[in-house]
Amino acid sequence: MSGAHWLRSYAHLDSPVHRAPAWLKLLATLALVTGVAFVPVAHSIWTAPILAAVLVVARVARVPLWAFLARLAIVQPFVLSVAVLALFQGRGLDVSLAIALKSTACVALVQLLANSTPFPEILQVLQRARVPRALVVALALLHRYLHVLVEESSRMRRARAARTWKTGRWAAWRSLSSVVAISFVRSVARVERIAAAMRARGWS
Amino acid sequence: MHIPDGLLSAPVSLASVALSAVALGTACARARRDLSARRASTLGVTAAFVFAAQMLNFPVAGGTSGHLVGGVLAAVLVGPSAAVVVMTAVLVLQCLVFGDGGLLALGANVLNMAVLHPLVGFALYRAVAGRTGPAGVRGIAGVAFGSWVATVVAAAACAGELTLSGIAPSSVVLPAMVGVHAVIGLGEALIAALVVATVLRLRPELLRRAPSAARGSAVSAALMGLSVSLSLALFVSPFACTWPDGLERAVERLGIVPSHAQLSLPTPLRGYTVPGLGSSWFATSMAALLGTTIVFVICLVIGRALTPTRLRPPPADAEASRS
Repeated sequence: MSGAHWLRSYAHLDSPVHRAPAWLKLLATLALVTGVAFVPVAHSIWTAPILAAVLVVARVARVPLWAFLARLAIVQPFVLSVAVLALFQGRGLDVSLAIALKSTACVALVQLLANSTPFPEILQVLQRARVPRALVVALALLHRYLHVLVEESSRMRRARAARTWKTGRWAAWRSLSSVVAISFVRSVARVERIAAAMRARGWS
Repeated sequence: MHIPDGLLSAPVSLASVALSAVALGTACARARRDLSARRASTLGVTAAFVFAAQMLNFPVAGGTSGHLVGGVLAAVLVGPSAAVVVMTAVLVLQCLVFGDGGLLALGANVLNMAVLHPLVGFALYRAVAGRTGPAGVRGIAGVAFGSWVATVVAAAACAGELTLSGIAPSSVVLPAMVGVHAVIGLGEALIAALVVATVLRLRPELLRRAPSAARGSAVSAALMGLSVSLSLALFVSPFACTWPDGLERAVERLGIVPSHAQLSLPTPLRGYTVPGLGSSWFATSMAALLGTTIVFVICLVIGRALTPTRLRPPPADAEASRS
């Protein structure tokens, strides 16, 4: 999973969906996911209209349909393996289909939230909901430093690709683990500079 | 190991949300005590690092690939209670922004990867490393061994949650999850040990202040231990002896569970537990014991190989020849 396209979010776009209050979207998503997840197998066909509705709303929110579907595909291996497992356990096609349909609908709902709500707004809602401050701060800093770190590691990966022309499994292993280790030390150094700059500007 | 939505039943979701909320609340209270601006940025960068490291897949035998969980690594870098906060932040962001792991399954995912993984791993790391801290062969070996055990335990907990939800019988899910993650855990152990060794070599001061900082009251420590052992008992013990009939009855009577949960229980489980209970369980635990011992030896070798040379006590003859 190479980082850049996976990290792209459409939360910064402007549409009626984006302008809706964040707490409303968060609450609605939670309620709908709860509803979909606990719908009995026999009635799981009712999640199909929800899935369709999510795609329509995503269209209204101007999230590119192809990117949206690609995001849905990322989590499918796990779901599909469980669904296939259920099939082989002799529980019938309908149970497998229900598992796949329900979890796809849930993922789509959360994706819609993520791509229509800027993360700082979600954090504000969490803070108002009295989520412990330590967690909110950790989340805010995580979101802030994530891109720094991904850039740092993709820079190192590019450098490695430029230097080596043959990658066996063992070589991949060795270079990967050293990339992980060195990237931590390098990003600590960068983040310390960023943190100093943030403190200098009055962040506490 | 990220469980998506739609796989867990309502009781399992609610129970895991409650357990991880207790653990998280305790961890936040303990971590807040030293949440200075400087330390907060360390939390942030550790979280971002764990996030980025989870995106790197490493090849495992047989065409599958695994990725780091990083809980033990975080616990060694910033201390156990801060690690719980860091890992929860990673999972919340993955869920809310990237759709990796479900919203309702967040409680279970937090329990497996943000509570069990760092705390179980850190306890083992402390047991192996002793008072010396991460520096030295025992420290690095402890990081590696703790990471491996924690990954296997988290996988077993994940399998337990899926089983209790009636999604698949434990005779299928548990060996699959534990088997795959026993291999993935080796990668986790190697990478975690390598990162700690690199940090020790290049920035030893990052590790020196971290573990001693978190010292909470006996009550909060007891609460944390209680929630961990409770969750272990809840999700892992079904495999230890027999299927808990009481819980199954209760779940059915509550009537919240999807109807397929009842379908899943009868044949495979009964076939698994009743006939060769004694011998098969004994064989399984012997195999587990043997495997764990082998991994422990591997971890000692890793520790030996990765410990920065200047941290090792100098051999006696080198000392003699120098003087």
